[in-house]
Amino acid sequence: MLSFVAQRVVKGAIVLLAIIVLNFFLIRLAPGDPAMVMAGEAGAGDKIFVTQLREKFGLDRPLPEQLFLYVKGILSFDLGFSFRQQAPVSKLIIDRLPATLLLTITAFVISLVFGILSGVFAARWAGTWADTAITVGALVFYATPLFWIALMAILLFSVALDWLPSFGYETVGANYTGLAHALDVGAHLIMPAMTIGLFFMATYARMTRASMLEVKRLDFVKTARAKGLSDNVIQRRHVLRNALLPVVTLAGVHSGTLIGGAVLTETVFAWPGIGRLMYEALLQRDYNLLLGVFVVCSAMVLIFNLVTDLVYRMVDPRIDFAA
Amino acid sequence: MLKKIVLGLVLTCGASAALAEGPKMGGVINAVIQPEPPGLMMALVQNGPTQMVSGNIFEGLLRYSPKLEPLPGLAESWTVSEDAKVYTFKLKPGVTWHDGKPFTSADVLFSIDMLKQTHPRARNNTVQVEKIEAPDDLTVVFTLKQPFGPFLGIFEVGSMPIVSKHLYEGTDFKTNPYNNAPIGTGPFMFKEWQKGSFVRLVKNPNYHVKGKPYIDEIYWQIIPDAAARSVAYETGKVDVLPGGSVENFDVPRISKLKDTCVTGAGWEFFSPLAWMWLNNRAGPTADKKVRQAIMYAVDRNFAKDVIWNGLGKVATGPSASSIKFYTDDVPKYAYDPAKAKALLKEAGYNGEKIRLMPLPYGETWQRWGEAVKQNLQDVGLNIETVATDVPGSNQKIGDWDYDIAFTYLYQYGDPALGVGRNYITSQIVKGQQFNNVEGYSNPEIDKLFAEGAVATPDSKRKEIYEKAQKILVEDVPVAWMLELQFPTITRCKIKDLITTAIGVNDGFRDAWIDK
Repeated sequence: MLSFVAQRVVKGAIVLLAIIVLNFFLIRLAPGDPAMVMAGEAGAGDKIFVTQLREKFGLDRPLPEQLFLYVKGILSFDLGFSFRQQAPVSKLIIDRLPATLLLTITAFVISLVFGILSGVFAARWAGTWADTAITVGALVFYATPLFWIALMAILLFSVALDWLPSFGYETVGANYTGLAHALDVGAHLIMPAMTIGLFFMATYARMTRASMLEVKRLDFVKTARAKGLSDNVIQRRHVLRNALLPVVTLAGVHSGTLIGGAVLTETVFAWPGIGRLMYEALLQRDYNLLLGVFVVCSAMVLIFNLVTDLVYRMVDPRIDFAA
Repeated sequence: MLKKIVLGLVLTCGASAALAEGPKMGGVINAVIQPEPPGLMMALVQNGPTQMVSGNIFEGLLRYSPKLEPLPGLAESWTVSEDAKVYTFKLKPGVTWHDGKPFTSADVLFSIDMLKQTHPRARNNTVQVEKIEAPDDLTVVFTLKQPFGPFLGIFEVGSMPIVSKHLYEGTDFKTNPYNNAPIGTGPFMFKEWQKGSFVRLVKNPNYHVKGKPYIDEIYWQIIPDAAARSVAYETGKVDVLPGGSVENFDVPRISKLKDTCVTGAGWEFFSPLAWMWLNNRAGPTADKKVRQAIMYAVDRNFAKDVIWNGLGKVATGPSASSIKFYTDDVPKYAYDPAKAKALLKEAGYNGEKIRLMPLPYGETWQRWGEAVKQNLQDVGLNIETVATDVPGSNQKIGDWDYDIAFTYLYQYGDPALGVGRNYITSQIVKGQQFNNVEGYSNPEIDKLFAEGAVATPDSKRKEIYEKAQKILVEDVPVAWMLELQFPTITRCKIKDLITTAIGVNDGFRDAWIDK
């Protein structure tokens, strides 16, 4: 197992380097640079200002030299300096990462738990009204755009019912501590987490249902039944365990996508995470910050993928690391 | 006698009631700020959100009334020599920085020196300054190379923020730790900045205007989505939506909410004027007749009434009506598609493709782009919309890679500060976005703007600028659209939020909450 992990880490590092190089050039293909954006924001039409900014950011140097300096920095864990925010990129990301992790992990857990449960439920009672309700509900959430769900949730739960706060991480100025603070953050977390979670929940519900129905028809289930095992044991130990493999694969892939979903959700709900940081960095052509967020997200995806492979092994002991 | 007593009682009671209705102390204001400011040090960062937040922390030598008359700020009085070349400012005594150190003329001298390095607008505004002296701690003397008409108009806090010499002298300005915890002389002090969430300012108990500020704290809440900002106001989480915070189509709805007040005041100094750059160098728009046809083809009243919900005013030319030396005695371009078609025929336009680039500043601007496209197609122009984001738009405009492109610019109260830059030949510089981007060149206009900046007295300047406006409107170097109005929306209980020509950018020193 150790050699498997080591091998994956080395491969991951190579992939990460490729991502950095590719993105370094890709984001520079977009028209405009941070100096033009900042000159625009300052309402400054003078050449000295833009030239000063380009020199300050090193944007006047040849591209290969800029890339070399960037990669050199990365190797010493230096993600560079944000042009616009005037702060080290690593500090900006570290400041915002906890909020994003809280949001995405909550959304991930909600979607996995409720998605799998509803999938199991629908498969168990396939063809009944409950199955139809779950399937239709999953289809609706699967097909509805995130931003629309977010805005409708705000209209319903914040404006009409006044149950939940519409934006932010906590109640500004309330200075809650301890449990009151946790509850306050929780209230702010519900809508954004559900917004991200609903789509994935729908996906897992559909996948679990389909997978369980397929596994149910296989011979080993018939054998288990012939052995006289109870239905509960068959569903839990034989059907669900085998049916979960594609769900785990999908969840592994989604763990990276969650950050993508967070970009939109964090913007709509003013959640102070790295998704929003990335969105703003893109609009401001803040190259270092954007690349920094890419690096962190890519590293997270690689780690999640590794974890997925390990979970695979736990779910299905037949899978061999050596293979 | 009895009558006198009764009258006296009535007057006394009346006076007491008036006093009781005066500003009340205390309270917190939650305001929206968007986008998040990149920094709060005004000498280093000049974007709108920075000015809005830091206008509470820093101050300028002068403030300006809605009629653009100078008012005391850090300078309590000023005199101008007869030859209009020497300006002497007497600074207010007893002013201290938020760290308790006294504010003196040395700070002013240092600030101007620093701003020349870091603040492009201050650098341009002070180009006529020959020397600056500080004969004593409370006097600053500016000597100009030649008279400069708008000189008294360059001292508001955004154009020339005064920074502390003792904290910045001899340091690397960009990495100075006080950039993140700015120290100014203003009515509010920096307290906390939770990135991505809010900036918190607290009352300066030693503010140099006795009794002010009235409110205790300001929370500037950072909410990136326009719809979410509307909801934040509707649900009572914020009390102030500065101009431009919500989409224009949301303004009428929010304005009708209970206890909501709306004002268009506070933009007199900036006077945002929207126009379309017309590329004068190449393509169909290089022909004056085509440019005039565009002016006749666009229904600007429709844009004002429908897209901007009746806010703003149709522009008559290069100057907004609120800035100095404006005249409406210029050629007029009413909506007249038939005349536009005739002009296009005269110009020999044969259906060449014309690229139109809307301003990527949100839904209102996209809709405006669509409406103009329709207007121009109706008179037979072959229009293709080019979609891009803000950096892309900046780049394309700066590189002159467009045919027609939307923009809006501030005019800063005087044609020498905010108008001439868009029409004189020396301002044709590739790679920049707010100069003479259209490539218009007319020696007579160059001469008039050069003379207008240094002429005295004002009556002479008026004559020059009125002549310039007439020539420009005849030549149509760009297509002027609207004098924009960005309404500030507040709870009605918040009083005196906007008292000067730069509105919320001048800080909340006069604001109070009627509880």
